[in-house]
Order: sequence, then structure tokens, then C-alpha cells
Amino acid sequence: MDREAAIKRSNLSEAELQLIEKYLGRSPTVEEIGMFGALWSEHCGYKNTKPLIKKLPTKGKHLLQGPGENAGVIKVGEYAVAFKIESHNHPSAVEPYQGAATGVGGILRDVFAMGARPIAVLDSLRFGKVDSPRTRYLASGVIKGISDYGNRVGIPTVGGEVVFEDSYEENPLVNVMCVGIAKPEHIIKAVAKGEGNLLFYYGSKTGRDGLGGATFASAELSSEGEDQRPSVQVGDAFTEKLILEATLELIEKNLVIGIQDMGAAGLTSSSVEMAARGKSGIEIDIDKVPARASNMTAYEFLLSESQERMLACIEPSKLPEVEKIMQKWELDYAVIGKVTSTERVVVYEKGKVVADIPIRYLVDDVPTYIREVKKPSYLDEVRSLPSLHLPHDMTPLLKDLLKHPSIASKRWVYKRYDHMVQTNLLAEPMEAGGAMLRLKGTTIGLAMSTDGNGRYTYLDPYVGGMQAVAEATRNISCMGAEPYGITNCLNFGNPEKSHVYYQIAKAMEGMGKACEVLEVPVTGGNASLYNETDGEAILPTLIVGVVGAIEDYKKAVFSPFKAPGHTIYLLGKPREGLGGSMALKLLTGKIAGECPFLDIEEEKRLQKCIRELIAKELVISCQDVSDGGLAVALSECALMGGVGVRVETEGDISPEAFFFGESQSRLVISTLPQYEDTIKNICEHYDIPLTRLGTTTSDNTIHLTYGKRTISLSVQEARELYMTEYL
Amino acid sequence: MKVKIEVFLRGDVFDPQGKAILNAVHHLGYEKTTSVQVGKVFLLDIEGDRSTVEKQAKEIADKLLANPVIENFTVTVL
Amino acid sequence: MKTVKFGVVVFPGTNCDRDTSWVIQSVCKSEVRYVWHTETDISDLDVVILAGGFSYGDYLRSGAIAHYSPVMKAVKEHADRGKLVLGICNGFQILVESHLLKGAFLHNKTQHFLCQKQYLKVATTDSPFTMKYARDEVIQIPIAHGEGNYYLPQADLDEALTYDLIAFQYCDKQGVVNEETNPNGSTASIAGILNRQKNVLGMMPHPERSSEVEMGSTDGKKIFEGILQWIQSV
Repeated sequence: MDREAAIKRSNLSEAELQLIEKYLGRSPTVEEIGMFGALWSEHCGYKNTKPLIKKLPTKGKHLLQGPGENAGVIKVGEYAVAFKIESHNHPSAVEPYQGAATGVGGILRDVFAMGARPIAVLDSLRFGKVDSPRTRYLASGVIKGISDYGNRVGIPTVGGEVVFEDSYEENPLVNVMCVGIAKPEHIIKAVAKGEGNLLFYYGSKTGRDGLGGATFASAELSSEGEDQRPSVQVGDAFTEKLILEATLELIEKNLVIGIQDMGAAGLTSSSVEMAARGKSGIEIDIDKVPARASNMTAYEFLLSESQERMLACIEPSKLPEVEKIMQKWELDYAVIGKVTSTERVVVYEKGKVVADIPIRYLVDDVPTYIREVKKPSYLDEVRSLPSLHLPHDMTPLLKDLLKHPSIASKRWVYKRYDHMVQTNLLAEPMEAGGAMLRLKGTTIGLAMSTDGNGRYTYLDPYVGGMQAVAEATRNISCMGAEPYGITNCLNFGNPEKSHVYYQIAKAMEGMGKACEVLEVPVTGGNASLYNETDGEAILPTLIVGVVGAIEDYKKAVFSPFKAPGHTIYLLGKPREGLGGSMALKLLTGKIAGECPFLDIEEEKRLQKCIRELIAKELVISCQDVSDGGLAVALSECALMGGVGVRVETEGDISPEAFFFGESQSRLVISTLPQYEDTIKNICEHYDIPLTRLGTTTSDNTIHLTYGKRTISLSVQEARELYMTEYL
Repeated sequence: MKVKIEVFLRGDVFDPQGKAILNAVHHLGYEKTTSVQVGKVFLLDIEGDRSTVEKQAKEIADKLLANPVIENFTVTVL
Repeated sequence: MKTVKFGVVVFPGTNCDRDTSWVIQSVCKSEVRYVWHTETDISDLDVVILAGGFSYGDYLRSGAIAHYSPVMKAVKEHADRGKLVLGICNGFQILVESHLLKGAFLHNKTQHFLCQKQYLKVATTDSPFTMKYARDEVIQIPIAHGEGNYYLPQADLDEALTYDLIAFQYCDKQGVVNEETNPNGSTASIAGILNRQKNVLGMMPHPERSSEVEMGSTDGKKIFEGILQWIQSV
């Protein structure tokens, strides 16, 4: 690698290069340029988002480990639960199968590197037009990649979302969340410390895969920039399964001080970050690194993103026992360096020093960019509702919504994932807004969900940020679980553009506000910026992943109506407006109007209210009102349960807003008629409006009347529309 | 005309299948085997003269059967 | 009562070993241990279970590499002595590759991995594994596989029919067995098949995933109960 090429690949600006020279007091080597480029990228260094991240609430009563480690950790009963979400958007745009597969692999490693056994994966996916060849190529590759990888390792894919919106056509989003469990005493940190301790490499050998991946992930895609592409990383789920078992065995036998996955920026970031956490120094002998290809250079070893590789810090006396475990699992391994007390990273190649950098320059002194948060003009322009022709009979609109690829059942996706392995999942993925897993040997149900809405965040970044937290937590509250913590993934365009930076800053502020009010800490996160193709940014998409728990999973409820003769209520206040809704998008092709109403204090009361109703076993089914509005929510409960529904009510908002508006903080429950008074009292206590909508029926029709308007179709037809398979 | 298209991972791309199978070959005692590459073979029937057929086969391989980001292909008109 | 000892074989890449062991231990209250793929002595076991997963990544044909593991010789000897062997999913594929059962596996007819609740018809009750069911009973045990399309040549199918070796067939809720209710394209909708001695059963569905109320069906549990009852009555 010549110097010019190294500088180009590093994506470092002229000013940043000068800063490096000033720090080092000399001109950096090629290897050092590569290392700075990787660690100062947005992916590792958060140079654009760090000041914003600092404002997020990170304290909570269930929290064991906040941001800064491989994953966040909360305490659930006698267990520690580790979880994190990460994006693999750019790799998936280039090679969807491997991009998604390695995305799953990376997040699994983040979780088991903490000592937790992964028990669930959730994927939040965004694609463009459902019928375009590009989308078919991307979606089928991504789904197969997740399926082949997750299934092989034996981690169930239990939930997530798949949304189709034009803005993701060239730049899909693949966000993967993993949840793992451990005994609290087995949680370990990604730290290298203790002078003389060894840096122990294990897993697959190192090739030239993904060279420059971290910097690539932080640059815009160009439809012509083929030569920008790093060599694509290829996942090996089989080896992943072996390093998973080997890692957990190392930790259970207390043989390691710290472990980190070699993820983005590979050996460089893992070794440097581990040393930084331990306030140590490290020496790496690059010639010791197991190589897959011949004639690899130090630069390549340092920045390779070959998959399924781990770095551990171990005491020399433990080495023989550690090696035995490696041999048992047939993994490649080597001692590649040691811990020092210099607080510098020193890299040797053939006995010669090729890099020697004080670690704080790489990790703590990352230049950060605080930009002006200036409201972009588009926000006012999109406010006005486009002219809208609403048919008198809204039944066809409901039908269109039910079969819309973003709303319709994702069974066609999740049946390709092994969602049952490990035998913990308590309801099929489509039967609830989130997933509920039992913790074997306890009564505890662990609940999880991922959510985020690009349409809302586009219309109002602040409310959109709040809404992502509100919906994710609402989805698990609807099953009776209390949210314990969230993680997040920021998917935005180029932060150097004023309107994009505004979106990021405001969405994060909204997220922080919602977390503060709902009392759920942020345990970690990931930023994927520069999601643009030829200058066009994606919809600002803040994805929130939440984990929580219910004490007795037998009390948990799900969405489907269970039987005829139950009373149906709406919890929460119906509000005017179709702004930002799926119905509006379907009718006009536009994302416009006011962002759906959300009062986060009201949301908090609603969630507390539903959890109390479920804890007191007063609720038979519960579903939140989200994309598509109340008519879609009611239809979903009916068609999944195979039970009819008859709603007759009236009110002072327009029928279209009643049926299809997406104002937040609303739930549909079904219950036994005799619980009416108790439910009323509890709702009154939380100041949550309660509307009796109607009853479940045995006549197999969905019959919804609001004032003088009626929507009517058979449960069977609704089910067929909803079960439309898209690929 | 019959055309054979063989698709293999590019040399610099990791081939996990090949690696797992190579290990199994070694376990069976064939230590002298130094590499296994896993690929795909496609047999197509295409009508037309030799040069057009070859050109079309290459296009098909490039557009559909192989992903040039990770794979190489060879076209043989049989 | 005789204690029955189960062994669950773990190959690199097996991933249903823990689920299977959980059901034997916590649901059926029986003794179980893991058997590592390099073990050669499994004479302490009454029943060997080859659990589901992706042995050696299944990067060649499913089960093809596991066939050559040291433990498989011991499993064959175990079966030759008339002791019970149950292969679930990848375990079934390994039994076929190891010639303990006949046939071969192809990719599902949809070419996709398929994980879903599945109805099965009990085709024979004349085996230790299926004795607790009623003949033609419709049960629900989930499937999860990409290469579950079981291919059986005509001569072997004839033999299976003659000797009543088909244990389970895919069907719908009403018990209808046909191409439409066949999720993967298997010959004669076969979901599970026995060897001639009926001491070896291979099945694609996962009974360990339908042995507890929490999992939505307890129909799979009867396989383990059948095994226990059969051994205890011998």
C-alpha cells in the first residue's frame, strides 16, 4: 500500500491528517494512517454523533452495564441479559447475502464476547419498491443471508420489521439486534490489562476481506464508485457456532480477562479499544497472526475484516488450558502480542516497529464535529396535506392496507428463519408486536421488540425519535412486560449536510426525552451515517430495540382475538388527522402532513395502565394501533384469531382519522364483559380514555361502523390479503 | 448450443464451504490435499451462432449467475 | 423401574442438543448426557439421539461429513445390538448418509428453508417410538429445515410399505396426505421412517419443540414416552 492510496482509503480529511502529525510530532506511517482512519471513522469514533450521544439518559434500576462495552446489560431475575443492535447497511447494498449474514455474525459475537449465550435475533429491514428488480435482488439476498447464518448457528430469529419505502431503493437498511443471557458473574468486559498478559487470537484465519470496511461504511455509496468497494467479507456460520461455544467455555472456566470480537477495523479496533478500557498499552507481533492469504502486509493484517475472529486477553499461566479448548473446537489460534504499561499500541512486523501510537489519540482524542442545528425548510413544506379524494366506502382502502407489503404478515419472511430453535419463543412472530421468550427454569418472560418509523422522523425528527421509543416499549407493554432498557441504531444520510444533521440531532433528542420520561435507559447504540446514493438521503430512520420482562409469562397476552362474545375496547384517545399515515401514502403517494400526535407523558400512563390490566389478568388480547390505524389493528386481531368483529361507535373526529389515522398511544384490547367496571376504574386511575368499540363475533366478518360509515369484509378475505407472500 | 458456466468464489474471497470440506478430507487421512474450492456449474442451451451464444452466456453469467463482487465465472461452449 | 439413559450426540454445528436434553431431563425426568463426536464408547447408553442442527456446517450435503465422525461407528454398533437410535432433522440426514436408514435428501421443493408448525399423520404404531399414538392420529410437531425433501427409490418405498416402516407423513389439520399438504416434496410425504428392525427412527419434525404446553403442542412428547415405556417393559 503506498502512502497516497492509504490516505485516500482512510477517508481522513486534510485537517485530520495535520492533527495526527501534530499529535505524533512526526509524519504517520502507512499503517498508522490506516489505524487512525479506522478508529476515527464514524463507525468506531462517532465523530459526528458523540456530542449528541452524551446527552442520552444512561441510568436505570435494572442496568448492569451501560454504553461503552460490546453490548448493554440489564438484570432480569437471576439473569444478566446482554443486547445490542447494529447496522450492516452498506455491505448489504453491495452483496446482500453476505452483507446480511455477516451482520448477524457480528452482532452475535458482540453479545457472546460478553459471556452471554445468544437466545434471540431481531432484524429491522428497509427496502425500496416491493416490485422493483433491485428490491427483489436485495430482499431475497438479505433474507437468505440472515436465514442461512442464524439458522446454522442455532439462534432463533424471533422478530423485527420489514418496511418497503422508495427512499431505500438503492440503500437498504439491515439492522440486527441480538439478545443473550448469562449468569451475572459470567459477564465479562472487553478489556486488556495486567502487564505481561497475552493477547490471544482465535477463530478464523485473517485474509484480505473487507479491507477498509469501517471507512467504507462511513462514506456515501456511489453507483459508479465500484473501485471504492472493499473485498466483500464472507461469513462462516459454522465457525461462528464453534467460537460461540469455545468463548462461553473460556468464560465459564474463568480463563480470560477480557474478550472482544474483531469487527469493524478488525485487529486494530479490538486491540486498541481493549487496551483503552484497561488503561494499558499493547504490543502486537503481526507475523504471529494466522494468515489465510500469502504475502499479507502489516497494513492488511491490521485492517482486515475477516469474519469470525476474536481477541482475548489471558494470563500466561492459563494458556495451556485455553489451547486445549481451541483444539477441542478445532479453531485456529495464536498468541499475537502482550499487554504493556506504556498506554501505547506498538506493532512489529519482522522485528521492525511499523506503528507506535499513544492509545488516547486513537480513542479519546477523536476529533468531534459539533454542527449547527438549523431547522431545514423542507419541514414546513411537507406540513400541508396534499389534496385527497376519499371514497365513501373505505373498505377497499382497508383491503389495500392489509395487503401492503409493509403492513401484511411477514410470515413469508420469518418462516425462512428458524424462529423456534432453543424452544423459548411463546407466540408466533406475527401474533404480537414484539417477541416473548421464556427463561427456562423460571417463570420470567423476556420481551423484546425493534421499532422505528422513517415517515414520522422525516416529518418531525423530534417526535419521530420519541415515537420509536414509544412504539418499541408499547409493543412489549402490550404483552404485559415492563421495558428495562433500550439500544438504538441511527440510520441517516450525510451528517455534513445541514438538514441531515438536524434530523440526527433532533431525533436523538426526542429519543432521549422519551427514555427519560418512560424511565428506560439507553444501554448502547450504533450509528450508520452516509446512507445516500448519488446525493439522495434515505428517510431518517432511528431504530430502537427494547428488552423488558414480565414476572410470570403465563400472564402474557398477544394480539389475536381468542373467542366470540368478548368485549373490545380502545384504550387511548382517537385524534383527528391522517398526517404521516400509511393511508395517506397509499392514497396520494406522499409522506406529508403533521407527524402523528404523541404526548410522551400520556404514553407513559397508557403503558403503565395496560401492564396493570394484564398483571391483574383482566385482558384476553392486546394490540397497539400503529401503521394503518385502528381499522388495520382490529382486522389483524380478528384474522389472526379467526374470530369476527363487530364495532359500532361514533365520535367527533372524521371517519378517515378514526379508521386510518395513526395518532399514537392507543391500544385495542378484548376482554370478558364482566371485567368492564374494574377496567374502567383502572383506566380512570391512569387518566386513560376508554371507548367500548364492540364485540368479537362468530359470524366471520369484520364489520366496523363509525357514525354513518361502515367497513365490511369477511375474516377469510382479510386473512388472504394479509397473508400475501411477496418473494 | 450447450454452454457450461462455472462459477467460483474469487481467489481473495473466503470460501467457508471449501474450508470445512478440506478439513473433512484431512480427517479422512488425505493430508496432501491442500485446497478445496466449492463452486456451481450451470448447463444452458442457447440458440444461435457460436460467437453470439458465447457473448450471451457471458452476459447471463455476469448479470445473474455470478455476482462479480465475489465470484468469477468461466464460460465453455460445448 | 429401570432407569433409562439417553445420550444426545453433539457434532460441531449441532444446535438442538440443549433443547433435546432439556425435554428428556426436565419434562420426561430421565437421565441424559451429551456425547461428543469423538467418543468411541457409548455402551452406557440405552438410547442415542442425533439432534438437529448443521453438523460441520452442512456445507457439502447435509450429514455427509458427520458420517465420518468417530462416534458414528459406535452408533452403528449400538443400533446393531438392537438398542434405540432416534435421528431428528439433521440427525435423520446423518442416519441416511451413514446408511442406517435408506434414501437421500434434496433441497425443499420451494428451495427455501421452512420453519413452521406442521401436522403429521401417524402411519404406524408398531414401533417403540410411535406406540403411544393411535394409528392415523393427526398430531402437530414443527419442522425447520432447508434440505428436508426425503427421496426414497421405488424399491425401498415398496419395502417400507410392505414392512410398515413409515412412521409419520406430512398432512393438513384434517389428516389429508397429498402433494399440497407436503411441505418439502418428500417421497410419499414421508416425515419419519424406521429401519427394518424398527429400532432406528429418523424424522424431520422436531418432537423436542412440541413437548411442552408453552410451545403450543405436546404431541412430540409421546415419542419420548414411548421410548421409555418400551425400554422399561423389555
